[in-house]
Amino acid sequence: MKIGIPRALAYFAYYPFINTFFEKLGMEVVVSDPTSKEVIDAGVEDAVTDACVPVKLFHGHVKNLMGRVDYIFVPRLVRVNSEATFCPKFLGLPDMLVCSIDNLTNMLEVRIEIIKGKRQLFLKCLEVARRFNKNFFMTWKAYRQALRSFESHIMQFLQGGIPPLGILSQDKSSDIKLGVVGYPYLLYDSYVSLDLIKKLIGMGAYVVTPEMVPEEIKKRYAGKLRKMLFWTFSNSVLRTAFHFLETGCVDGIIHVTAFGCGPDFIVDKVIELEAKERKMPFLTITLDEHTGQEGINTRLEAFVDMLRRRKRKEAVI
Amino acid sequence: MRKVSFPYLGNAIITFKKLMNAFGNEVVLPKRPTEETLSLGTKYAPEFACLPFKIVLGTYIEALESGADTLVSTGGVGPCRAGLYTTLHEKILKSLGYDFEMITLEPPGRHLRELISSIKKLVNRRLTFADYYRIGRFVWKELQLLDKAEKLSHKVRPLEVKKGETTRVYKRCTELIAQAKSYKDLEEIEREIELLFEKIEKKDYDPLKIGIVGEIYVVIEPAANLEIEEMLGDLGVYAERSMFLASYTFYNAIMDLFRMPGERDVKKLAAPYFKEMCGGHGRESVGNAILFAKRGFDGVIQLSPFTCIPEIVAKSILPKVCAKYDIGFLPVTLDEQTGKEGLRTRVEAFVDLLAAKRRKKHKIVKGDVAYGTLLGN
Repeated sequence: MKIGIPRALAYFAYYPFINTFFEKLGMEVVVSDPTSKEVIDAGVEDAVTDACVPVKLFHGHVKNLMGRVDYIFVPRLVRVNSEATFCPKFLGLPDMLVCSIDNLTNMLEVRIEIIKGKRQLFLKCLEVARRFNKNFFMTWKAYRQALRSFESHIMQFLQGGIPPLGILSQDKSSDIKLGVVGYPYLLYDSYVSLDLIKKLIGMGAYVVTPEMVPEEIKKRYAGKLRKMLFWTFSNSVLRTAFHFLETGCVDGIIHVTAFGCGPDFIVDKVIELEAKERKMPFLTITLDEHTGQEGINTRLEAFVDMLRRRKRKEAVI
Repeated sequence: MRKVSFPYLGNAIITFKKLMNAFGNEVVLPKRPTEETLSLGTKYAPEFACLPFKIVLGTYIEALESGADTLVSTGGVGPCRAGLYTTLHEKILKSLGYDFEMITLEPPGRHLRELISSIKKLVNRRLTFADYYRIGRFVWKELQLLDKAEKLSHKVRPLEVKKGETTRVYKRCTELIAQAKSYKDLEEIEREIELLFEKIEKKDYDPLKIGIVGEIYVVIEPAANLEIEEMLGDLGVYAERSMFLASYTFYNAIMDLFRMPGERDVKKLAAPYFKEMCGGHGRESVGNAILFAKRGFDGVIQLSPFTCIPEIVAKSILPKVCAKYDIGFLPVTLDEQTGKEGLRTRVEAFVDLLAAKRRKKHKIVKGDVAYGTLLGN
């Protein structure tokens, strides 16, 4: 039994769990090809025009898997904690796919609404495994291993690595420390983000992403806005940004966002206003399917140069 | 005394002004959004904010300039972004240096206590229980009357003999309603409105019928949707929109108390295509489109602001649904760049298409007056 997993959206946040779980259930896991021009073009062709790039990409990745696998795994992420849901596009993703892509019949739609913690997660796993006639013990074993692999993935992040990009550790003695905030499906897709993180590391910066800040620290900044945001990923980004701003532990913040991203206009404006108030250097990078390498390079170089100069000036004073 | 202002939303401002006055506040009436309002909003709003956000921001700035010190707006619980707009509006306006208080009216289902405390802030006069009852009854009746006048105008406009007469009568109606002071006045006005519309000279034919679905602000506020309903009416098309303020308030504010917001039949119809509630009016758009199709409408127009997430989801589902029910579909995305003439061209083409489709179905030859001016008489 071959199960296909699109390399887009939730994949970048939860892939160790998803991959390990299906593998340990004894299935052949096929992850769609890394994003490329063909994948994007295929997605743009079928997706509704004003959707954001990540959603178009998801369409592309699903098309990439069609005909190769028995099932295509499409999660309908509703919520993973009690405080927020996901972006409406995540909620309506399977509905969009069915209507936009012709002949999509082998979609494995899994609705994920987990409020009560791990017990509920296991029940969900059990429900999925039952569709493939796997017994309780096999599921339990697969679930345990998946959880372990997800936990070690989180540990790697906390130790300063960025596993989805193959970066295991960073040079702690770098002179510039940069907070790069954005959603995992943008930051860790090296084609769409134009390898932004690796470029920054290449320029000698130490990069901190939202996943590298422990959950407990983020929680502290939950009450910063009068009203909490409605979306899980956005909350994570905004709280990380507040952590950077309040503690001043980074020299500058880069916000990476997708063109036409709904939730991000609020996130971006709030970070911009707060950064201005605290005199923290701030750069927004908006990505879409047409963004060019050189434009991004220039902007990143200029930003890093500016930070270095600022640091030197401060040192003199 | 507080000087209260609020976003401009169709004729509802007439009622809202009276409500605020009755609570003992002074009202700075928001102006009808113009090009200038929009460019003010666009200047200070983030690029990807949706059209309603920009228009409302522009309206707020204009209201604050003319002396308002309290802004009242509605909240929400998501996942649609609109629930967070007041928070961001406040942040932006404060960063521009305005001094004011923002009062957010949250839906009563999950925020009952906050709602009551916000309303308390707005009541600056001693009111007895009987007063509340009187005000409530009046406001409710007035909202219903405003909707009624508008519905009648949509029904009559495609049939009018003298162009522009309906628009004139409709304007007269809203003036009458604005002058009403008591419940009794409203009852009299109701009869008068019916009479006024009856007096308009009408042609006798069966016009094309188009349903309008989409995001509530751009559907209800003519300044945001470039007066698309009037445009359709002038083309001899009966346009009906899926949302009116009175029913919307009822379903989403009052029924929310009992934890069942939204219209149930619409939700049920949309369920096979739209399995998850995803905020805004995405699911209502799909449900209402099906409802229109079942009632024998010829086409559906979906109005959505650019980057509106729930409507994007609906937009990818609607073509399939409309094809299944054999009904025309035109998505219209609105932002600050949308021009009226461009929209008119698209709408005209759409109407022509629907007319041709109907002709083919009923095998009517050219020149038949049965379907109105558009069929070439």
